[in-house]
Amino acid sequence: MTQPLLDMRGIVKSFSGVRALNGVSIQLDAGEVLSICGENGSGKSTLMKVLSGVWPYGSYEGEIFFAGNLVKASTIRDTEALGIVIIHQELALVKELSVMENIFLGNELGSFARLNDEAMHRRTTELLARVKLNVLPDTPVGELGVGQQQLVEIAKALNKNVKLLILDEPTSSLTTTEIDILLNIVSELKQQDIACVYISHKLDEVLALSDWVTVIRDGDHIATKSAAQLTQNDIISMMVGRELDELFPREEHDIGDVVLRVKHATAKQSGANRAQVEDVSFELRHGEILGIAGLIGSGRTELMQCLYGSYDGEYQAEVELEGQMVTIRSQRAALEVGIAMVPEDRKRHGIVPIMSVGRNITLSVLDQYSSWLGGVNEDKENHDIDDYIAQLKVKTASADLSIKNLSGGNQQKAIIAKCLLTHPKILILDEPTRGIDVGAKYEIYKLMFTLVKQGMSIIMVSSELSEVIGISDRVLVMHEGRLKGQFDHQGLTQEMIMNCAIKEGVANV
Amino acid sequence: MFKTIKTSQLQLFAMLAAMLLIVVFFSIATDGAFISPRNISNLIRQTAIVGVLAIGMVFVIISAEIDLSVGSMMGLLGGIAAILDVWFNFPILLTVLVTIAAGLALGLFNGWWVAYQRVPSFIVTLAGMLAFRGILVGLTDGATVAPTSGSLAVIGQSYIPSGWGMSVVGLLCLGLVAKVYARRKARKHHGVQNQGAKFEYSKALVAVLVLLGLLFILESYRGIPTPIFILGGLILMASYVAKRTAFGRRLYAIGGNIEATRMSGVNVERTKMMVFGFNGMMVAVAALILTSRLGAGSPAAGNMAELDAIAACVIGGASLAGGVGAVFGAIMGALIMASLDNGMSMLDVPTFWQLIVKGMILLLAVWLDVKTKKAQ
Repeated sequence: MTQPLLDMRGIVKSFSGVRALNGVSIQLDAGEVLSICGENGSGKSTLMKVLSGVWPYGSYEGEIFFAGNLVKASTIRDTEALGIVIIHQELALVKELSVMENIFLGNELGSFARLNDEAMHRRTTELLARVKLNVLPDTPVGELGVGQQQLVEIAKALNKNVKLLILDEPTSSLTTTEIDILLNIVSELKQQDIACVYISHKLDEVLALSDWVTVIRDGDHIATKSAAQLTQNDIISMMVGRELDELFPREEHDIGDVVLRVKHATAKQSGANRAQVEDVSFELRHGEILGIAGLIGSGRTELMQCLYGSYDGEYQAEVELEGQMVTIRSQRAALEVGIAMVPEDRKRHGIVPIMSVGRNITLSVLDQYSSWLGGVNEDKENHDIDDYIAQLKVKTASADLSIKNLSGGNQQKAIIAKCLLTHPKILILDEPTRGIDVGAKYEIYKLMFTLVKQGMSIIMVSSELSEVIGISDRVLVMHEGRLKGQFDHQGLTQEMIMNCAIKEGVANV
Repeated sequence: MFKTIKTSQLQLFAMLAAMLLIVVFFSIATDGAFISPRNISNLIRQTAIVGVLAIGMVFVIISAEIDLSVGSMMGLLGGIAAILDVWFNFPILLTVLVTIAAGLALGLFNGWWVAYQRVPSFIVTLAGMLAFRGILVGLTDGATVAPTSGSLAVIGQSYIPSGWGMSVVGLLCLGLVAKVYARRKARKHHGVQNQGAKFEYSKALVAVLVLLGLLFILESYRGIPTPIFILGGLILMASYVAKRTAFGRRLYAIGGNIEATRMSGVNVERTKMMVFGFNGMMVAVAALILTSRLGAGSPAAGNMAELDAIAACVIGGASLAGGVGAVFGAIMGALIMASLDNGMSMLDVPTFWQLIVKGMILLLAVWLDVKTKKAQ
């Protein structure tokens, strides 16, 4: 019996006690394509990081055999030496350097004193021919389109004598023509006996390209099946197939009149040809929890940034809040009209790590405490801090402790406290429970229901479908910048959302 | 548990210990001349200019920016003050006001480029460093503007009449104790736990003793030098602004994480521009003291002063990464640098050695800081 090229056996990987991978095994022969499917956060990326050596040997349980040998990689360089190359969603090219310089970056030909430009030039031309990229080796990478850059990455991998190529969401930012070219190249690499692990949400590509499909859910290996036997619906039901459980403490609450009306929201990075949000209109009602689902990159976060005035490109939208047209060009303006937001990236946009928990909580409302000579009335401030820490059950030894010492869940609660202190009418929560343990999640859900009962309206963006269904009153689904579906939570299933978020096709608004 | 508090206290102790070490060393090496009232009076007068500059600079550094134009700006503003005084015979009050306004304008100019045009402060102020010096040389034709009037000399050369000095310091001491009392009472009122009474009062007592001791020494020479009086006032004002106002709080937040601060609805651009404006005013005050002390506006005045100010902040515990630093620390840093200058000069240490020692001290201070942070 011949050995498979790649054999991962029972991979288990935990992060501070939470299992991200729970015994995943995959096998792959040379010249085969294996696709890995799963929801956001299901463990796909973690598995690829284990395979590519980002997580070194010893930091996970289980074994990886490559071409029959046990892999004991401690860095990415080790796995690259074996012929395993990963191409990430965010390309790792230096835009200022030429195609040739990028391909040979770190592996330059020639001696220390003098580079062998002729040899590198020749080799680059050969590699570019293999990936059918018709550009000169001296072209700066920054002048190429995203699809072409993707091909440069593949050429770079070929230069390292790749045996196993890992493509992580390679087509998420490509146009249809670019996708076709890329898929063709992968098929040709197959002919040259190069194996490929393909990660994508686009199930039509997955089925067209792969020999095998592996589905991962919550770190568990659900199944590996021959692609020929599968339909898109099979894959989707394997991806989500979990029952809603008691995780979501839904409470009855009254939903009133429309409080926010957004029309024709459009957002575009300056210079980009594709808009990140395209003509989105929706309404939010008094006391309602509106869930927004969609894949990463579907424009959910960008839509929220438009509402909160934090989008960093060009954007416009007609926003009507309680019957009044409002213009929101900055975060300050948003807070003034009564819109607060808990951002997606807690570390970058949420906390000031070296400041204390208390100081973080009052950062948005310092003017409320300003007294004589602009001084902050700290007694009044501390009173509010203690009040909100108690109300939101932020677990901290003291309000004076640096917020960086708190767990993710407690940091999140502190940021929510910061938002609540501004007494918003509308609270936007972008991925409110990402990276948070189950207990804190539950408390945050509870809090959300308490808030809507008090008359606040909540918009929640989430990648966790179970959360979207379990908490929201109504769910909007976004797809490639557009609003593609709108559902009531009753009778809503994860399959329905997934179908709407993944499949190309008619909108269901 | 209280990690942050501990480190900042540790830093304070380290600085006080270093200061004590320097004082003891030079006192022994100079047979006590270092701690004679006359020398101490001189020493802290020398500290005044770098001290005032350090106050402005520490605000800039806390907000995670840098200002390299400070030396040239001080030269230019000092030149403007001298020109107003010598060429146009402006009354002293008007000279002071115009100079401070000019400082504010130059600072805001820097700040506008940094905050609203997003040019890195290193570049903006490097440009300022060159341009301000150029303007100064152009204005004065490269010649010294002298002699300044007797009324301008008051700022840098006079002493506070002893009655005034004593009563102000006396009030300050009473204020210190009263503040501790008031804070304890307020905390009790709000049900916040107090630190030990003995600990808090003895801290205040140490401060009072230091102030009174300093007053005694200065009075036994000629009294409190006016620049030190000015510096003292600015320290109180700046500490208040940094620690107790919304502006100060936002400043630390911006230095700690500018994105999160912006997301919290803070107008980070305006705050940053104000920091540079404030720094410009501090530079103006330092420039007035300098011109007054020199009795002239010199085209070379203030050369490399920005480096002294930055060094003082960094030795005083400010982090160039932003978000960390204190006015008091920066002043201690300035005092340490001035003591080294003064002591080594008394010992006739050659200038080149003085530069080497100061450079090494700066390196050592930051290295210790990096080490202790890593050890956490």
